[in-house]
Amino acid sequence: MIGSLLRRREAGILLMIVLFCVFVGILRPRFLTLDQFRIILLLIPLIMIGAMGQMLVIIARHVDLSIGSIQGLAAMLTALMFKFHPEIPWGFGFVVAIGVGLGLGVINGVLVTAFNLPAIIVTLGTLSLYRGLTFIVSNAKQIDRQFVPAALKAMSQDSPTYAVPWIIVIALAVAMATYWFANRTLVGRQIYAMGSNPIAAPLRGIRVNAVTILVFAISGALAGLSGIMYASRWGFVNPSNTGTGFEFQVIAAVVIGGVSINGGVGSVPGVVLGVFLMGCVSAALPLLGIPGTSQAAIYGAVIVIALLIDRSVRMRANAALSSARGRE
Amino acid sequence: MLKKTVLAGLALGFGLMASAAMAASNFKVVYIGKNTGNPYFDSITGGFVDACKKIGCEFEFVAPATAEATSQIPFIEAQIQRGVNVIAIAPNSPDAMNQVLDKARAKGILVLTVNGDIVGSEGHRDANILPVDFTKTGPNQVELMGSMIGYKGEIAILSATTEAPDQNTWIAAMKKTLAENPKYKDMKLVATVYGDDQPEKSTTEMEALLSNYPNLVGVIAPTTVGIAAGAQVVKSRGIANKVHVTGLGLPSEMRDFVKDGTVSAFQLWSPYNEGWLAAYFADGVLNGKIKNTVGTKFDVPSLGSITILEKNVMNTQAELTTFDKANIDKFNF
Repeated sequence: MIGSLLRRREAGILLMIVLFCVFVGILRPRFLTLDQFRIILLLIPLIMIGAMGQMLVIIARHVDLSIGSIQGLAAMLTALMFKFHPEIPWGFGFVVAIGVGLGLGVINGVLVTAFNLPAIIVTLGTLSLYRGLTFIVSNAKQIDRQFVPAALKAMSQDSPTYAVPWIIVIALAVAMATYWFANRTLVGRQIYAMGSNPIAAPLRGIRVNAVTILVFAISGALAGLSGIMYASRWGFVNPSNTGTGFEFQVIAAVVIGGVSINGGVGSVPGVVLGVFLMGCVSAALPLLGIPGTSQAAIYGAVIVIALLIDRSVRMRANAALSSARGRE
Repeated sequence: MLKKTVLAGLALGFGLMASAAMAASNFKVVYIGKNTGNPYFDSITGGFVDACKKIGCEFEFVAPATAEATSQIPFIEAQIQRGVNVIAIAPNSPDAMNQVLDKARAKGILVLTVNGDIVGSEGHRDANILPVDFTKTGPNQVELMGSMIGYKGEIAILSATTEAPDQNTWIAAMKKTLAENPKYKDMKLVATVYGDDQPEKSTTEMEALLSNYPNLVGVIAPTTVGIAAGAQVVKSRGIANKVHVTGLGLPSEMRDFVKDGTVSAFQLWSPYNEGWLAAYFADGVLNGKIKNTVGTKFDVPSLGSITILEKNVMNTQAELTTFDKANIDKFNF
């Protein structure tokens, strides 16, 4: 029963994507070309990686607002390493970025559990703290393109196979690993159980604090990974630009993807589709020739409309579910 | 290993901050940038630092986190209390700071706008230093673009934000030049788009330009973020020889693109010289060597003769500097 409901919710997002693409395609046939598909795919890997971590946090009934700042700090420390120690193999940058993100995520998790503080307040604080540290370590200076290893930048352009750049392959791998973790492991299922009923969770033997720290650690590590991918995709790291507003895009994609902000509900396929819808909208607005002044408003309106459609689909599904139960 | 790197990064950050404070000397000057983390201001700061070493002044750079209209006000207040002799500022707003600037001037502080001006509120500052006569920017950029595409074909402009006053002045001048000069009659401006000085948005706008205008042969991006994003797009698509990208860029950000042939040439002025001129001018005025009135001429080492123009404006150079493969290694900002 729950399975079919989830399938229906993902079908709703898919329908929205199809309707949106057909609508834009009628106005601008060029939107429905392979070339455009490639542009959309290149827009979404960072959001996709951030969204996988955020999904787990939100399912556990928390939220992580600090991911944009973690992305910025992880990217900056990695880029500083590239600049001052060019002899270190560039692949080691992934270890540094993910490690920094992991550490910052653990700090979030410990603050939330040890002091029993609301995650929204803790991560609002660390959002500012981590951003501030980024300014301090970089002395508020950008790391320019010439210091980012060419092989790292090439990952966003070169592809292992079928003209799909590495950066997209990594995002897909992260999504698949998250799917396996959330659905096929005990801890993954515990995250759902904790989110749907936090009071019953410890009674069922779930180590709530450990699992909470774990979801923040995963979210931080993935934000760190998105940091080095930022350096790959854009070729530079800037203390004020890198990661700013990232949390907004990611949380919007996760919620559009059907993850309940009340915890306990959400699926990887849904979030992947939510991220894809955001990518379609970002790519379509300039193609439609919508002036920059109106783009932010339209982008926001699309998010609100998507949430309203999702809500109405869900309420109908719930009504159908309870009437079916009534008949049982 | 990881810990070491983090520590190295931290130590380095603090080290640089400490070295920015200069030794005591005959006057104190502060430069307030638009926002932190903007590489453009590092270069202006470099000019101040070097000039202060020569003439003996104490220099500090400060900037708010974001380039909002009111974000510089607390910084000006703090500098007044600190007792600086000169406040140089790249203003984020044409009028939001009028009162606090008046307060500074009432205390005898010399107020200079550097790299931008408070247009319409010129009475609230003492003098203004601009890198170049900005009316030249539009025509110079059109000529460079034309020379790259044989003065023929469809071109587009990739700008910063829609409300940026300097961008709009330059774009208006480009349109006027294209329309009025018969040399450019075969060049057609098909679109002007805005990337908001964000790499992501500039990239999507550039991609959309290529999709919407398959016959495009050139893009002018008169903004440092835009030109780098545009160059990256044509490079990764392998179409740099079909769609030529130029505009205003920083040599440090564009070096790789020029060396690998993605961008054959771009322009800018020397932000470094703005800081250099501002420090020498401040020194001259404070020590009574320069009279801050329209028409005054004075000499500045390595810049030559500088004239104070209408509204107390000074320019560091007459025309834009063009950077290409031959000269880019001579510039390190």
